[in-house]
Amino acid sequence: MLQALEGSQAVAQAVALCRPQVIAAYPITPQTHIVENISKLVADGKLKCEFISVESEFSAASVVLGAAIAGSRAYTASASQGILLMAEVLFNIAGLRVPLVMTCANRAISSPLSIWNDQQDSMAVRDAGWIQLYCADNQEAVDTTIQAYLIAERTELPVMVCMDGFTLTHTLEGIDIPTQEQVDNFLPAYKFSRTLNPQNPISLGTLVSPDFYSEARHSHHTAILNAQTEIIAVDQEWAKISGRCSGGLLTVEGPEEAKIAILIIGSVYGTLLAAMEEFPEEQPVKLIKLRSFRPFPIDALKAACEGLDDVIVLERAIGLGSGAIVGLEVTAALAELANPPKVHNFAAGLGGRDIPLEMLPRLLATLNEPSDRRLRIIDVELDKLPEEDR
Amino acid sequence: MIEIRIHGRGGQGNVVAAYLLAMAAFEEGRYGQAFPNFGAERRGAPVIAFVRIANEHILRRNQVLTPAFLIIQDQALLHVSGVTNGLLPGGKILVNSPQSSDELSQQLGKEVISIQASLLAKKILGRPVPNTALLAAFFALTGMLSQKSLRKVLQHKFQGIVLEKNLLLIQEAVGLVPAGIWQSEETNVASS
Repeated sequence: MLQALEGSQAVAQAVALCRPQVIAAYPITPQTHIVENISKLVADGKLKCEFISVESEFSAASVVLGAAIAGSRAYTASASQGILLMAEVLFNIAGLRVPLVMTCANRAISSPLSIWNDQQDSMAVRDAGWIQLYCADNQEAVDTTIQAYLIAERTELPVMVCMDGFTLTHTLEGIDIPTQEQVDNFLPAYKFSRTLNPQNPISLGTLVSPDFYSEARHSHHTAILNAQTEIIAVDQEWAKISGRCSGGLLTVEGPEEAKIAILIIGSVYGTLLAAMEEFPEEQPVKLIKLRSFRPFPIDALKAACEGLDDVIVLERAIGLGSGAIVGLEVTAALAELANPPKVHNFAAGLGGRDIPLEMLPRLLATLNEPSDRRLRIIDVELDKLPEEDR
Repeated sequence: MIEIRIHGRGGQGNVVAAYLLAMAAFEEGRYGQAFPNFGAERRGAPVIAFVRIANEHILRRNQVLTPAFLIIQDQALLHVSGVTNGLLPGGKILVNSPQSSDELSQQLGKEVISIQASLLAKKILGRPVPNTALLAAFFALTGMLSQKSLRKVLQHKFQGIVLEKNLLLIQEAVGLVPAGIWQSEETNVASS
């Protein structure tokens, strides 16, 4: 049913519809309202589930890891420093190939202290071995959360659903919350092939000598790459039930003849779509919405960018001391094309800075400037810095 | 699309006001979007919240820089730099203040309506929380959304005695402003 809800409330309801059995979360900043809303559902008796408030994100991740291995569908959420504190366990969850789902309500990383949105947190754990799906709006956050359980349980890989903090989590808008029946028809009961069972004991996560570590890594890497098929299939299966696609691995919007594309990841999508309507005099542009960052969809990206002259990558994080994060991977993927488009790398909206509609003409104007493949923070105001830092 | 910016201080219910506005739009079959821009997370710190109301799906998620309306929950904020920035030509300001509308309009050179929302809330709710009284006045002035929708969303948000007192409060607040004087083609577009 269509309801006016805050993003966090909507995701809490989506999680509840997936019938989780164990939820563990650290309840204090940088936590969002998601787990607060879930704990209320549990307290009100609307969701039958073990809710465990823990003393740190490290424990939250550890509890859901144990719960999932013991045979329970589990959930946690965090952001920012919380993700960093979880990092060790996140790698373990993935390495153990446990089907868990968590939300990363993307927020900036300290220091300097910031509570606002960017995507440095999930980018910091991009190589942890999780599937990472990024949401453009709250409807996608709801649908992707539900899809994530099916993807995770079919592939036995954990899925991190990334939604921009504040920009999505704290925004109230009309969101369709599926019915319990729709979700039950889509998502079967939790199943994990290596559930711990005292009748039939097995060990997980044992010491692996150099003879087998490379093979374990190869197998994990291959499993994530192969998950592309499942991500697309699950999106289509959910579309049959809900009538909505969340965009598979990536989507391309805009006129066929456009020779320029802007590639984004996350909630800036809508703002740039609105900007395309607001500035119709600008040259035709395609908008590529990258939903799956892990697995990184090299083939889909090549197909989307074939024949383009320029690809502008706009991201909300920075590889300090190197430059682009998403942009670097896009550049590498497109280099395989016979005539690769020029890739232009920009960061914006760091630490919650607003990305206005004027970002579109500003980005397009840079194409007339001398080519510079390094990452530029497009909204930086250099006059705020001392001469030597510019 | 109508854009509204709400300025207040932590504890005055700014975010709730923004959410209620967007929920009321949704209640009338329109599209609404509301989100806050927190400063420091403490009582008394300036807080801004943004609202968009439209007849079509709202795509943009940037901050509201050129609002048609400002709702100011603390009159002291009127004199804080940046608060009235970007108000569209002909834009209107509703403010919680003991000063008269004429006095404030003259001071700011803009069209201002003031009501003593804190005082009224203190009298009826027992707490000087100005948000719902200001919303009721805003709905009455613009005719953009109905009092019925406001009552409905208050019923979603509050219960029991708090709800009863708020319903009484909004009824009183409506009587403090001239109904429909901010009704314009623009607000009508939103309600068409």
